[in-house]
Amino acid sequence: MCAKQVTKKPNEPVGTTGHEWDGIEELNNPMPRWWVWTFYATIIWGVGYMIAYPAWPLINGATPGVLGASTRADVVKEIERFDAANAEIKAALIAAPLASIPTDTALMAYAEPAGASVFRTNCSTCHGSGAAGVEGKGYPNLLDDDWLWGGTIEDIHLTITHGIRNTTDPDARYSQMPAFGVDAVLEPAQIDAVVEHVLAISGQEHDATLTTEGATLYAENCAACHMEAGEGDPTQGAPRLNDAIWLYGGSREKIKESIANARFGVMPGWTGRLSEDEIRAVAAYVHSRGGGQ
Amino acid sequence: MAFLDKHKAIETHATLLLVLSLLVVSIGGIVQIVPLFYLENTIEKVEGVRPYSPLELAGRDIYIREGCYVCHSQMIRPMRDEVERYGHYSLAAESMYDHPFQWGSKRTGPDLARVGGRYSDAWHVDHLTDPQSVVPESVMPKYGYLLNAELDGRHITQIMNTHRFVGVPYDEAMMENAVADFMAQGDPNSDYAGLQERYAKANVSNFDGQPQLTEMDALIAYLQVLGTMVDFSTFTPDASR
Repeated sequence: MCAKQVTKKPNEPVGTTGHEWDGIEELNNPMPRWWVWTFYATIIWGVGYMIAYPAWPLINGATPGVLGASTRADVVKEIERFDAANAEIKAALIAAPLASIPTDTALMAYAEPAGASVFRTNCSTCHGSGAAGVEGKGYPNLLDDDWLWGGTIEDIHLTITHGIRNTTDPDARYSQMPAFGVDAVLEPAQIDAVVEHVLAISGQEHDATLTTEGATLYAENCAACHMEAGEGDPTQGAPRLNDAIWLYGGSREKIKESIANARFGVMPGWTGRLSEDEIRAVAAYVHSRGGGQ
Repeated sequence: MAFLDKHKAIETHATLLLVLSLLVVSIGGIVQIVPLFYLENTIEKVEGVRPYSPLELAGRDIYIREGCYVCHSQMIRPMRDEVERYGHYSLAAESMYDHPFQWGSKRTGPDLARVGGRYSDAWHVDHLTDPQSVVPESVMPKYGYLLNAELDGRHITQIMNTHRFVGVPYDEAMMENAVADFMAQGDPNSDYAGLQERYAKANVSNFDGQPQLTEMDALIAYLQVLGTMVDFSTFTPDASR
């Protein structure tokens, strides 16, 4: 059927374009009207666009366009608009004494959701999206009552502002546990004894024949920071040991690893990355999670 | 018209058609590309941007080798939601020593243009080794084998030379000390004063926590410098650009 059409001599009023390939001629049909008009419209649109928006590169810069469009200026303007909308409550948040924020319902109505969004963007990566930390990996749970560096809103605010043990903020709080095994402060047998003592004070199954020696060694080597009964010391970031909450794991092996190699948890400081009102909002949010003191 | 009659010559000579098509297309290309070399906003001078240190450069090569750019962009666009989430929008100058740049076009994971200093080195080790151990909802693959691949800076001088060839201003002192700087950055007990003199604010740390220098050290050194070179507390880019 196709072959029949091709061989048929064209007899069209439009004539041909004069192009001819091996006896096949091209009819000179006009383009569809809708297509031609769309084509003209895009040309007009293009000219209009070049006038309205930055387009032609010249010697020192592109033509700016009569609308003065600038993505940089737009984003600055938009951020300013949102800042202005919250300016009053942000100023109130910065002006308020930290300790009064958790009980100030008007401030908390703003600080809690604002802090939650700051938390999810910046903190959840380490502390978990629900603020429960990562058990056994050294990322503290922020929902419980154990605080490494203090759980008052002032302490939390200080920790977020400067971070912990980082090298970028000179005001970051710092402490370093000795590596009792690696640096040969204690003999392996002595470490085993201390492990049994830590297991004992944390209420776990332990070898009672070693705890007497362990208690003595603990008093000499560990009590200065972790305190006599293992209650920890938030002024130097020494974790509490006499409960069931563990930062790097509470099994015999994990405690041994912690004593032998020491731990050195680092938190970045957030000054510069977060504004003061954001730091206060997220401090209030963390404080309100249940463990705040 | 005589001029249009010539069109038959073009249409019937394949080589001529090819040459002239190339000419027309290259005009389009030149008009788009050439202004980027002299327009003020694409060559905006920004204080603080320095070439990558040898270890960071090696980490960057690992970043490219592992295809990190397939899921992570390094380009914060000037939009409020991006600025609020990732930090100040990216400036062209911040990738001036990137050959090739790592802007990327797809975000399965978050943008990394300002990931430097955001997390601790230990977090990066945990996360690269087993991303789901710290971010349960992550779909990122595991890169724990980087911890076992030791580095000795064998090829770093040649790599830096290649970057110098395409315009990165590594000076003679940087080239001479390339291997020493490479090793020093991963060891806080080394003498790294020279390194920090040559590469301002270079972050010296035992990134992966292991005594030997590995690909993990290099990659984390690179990640920790991303977006940290420009101090936005003292520099405000021209908003009209």
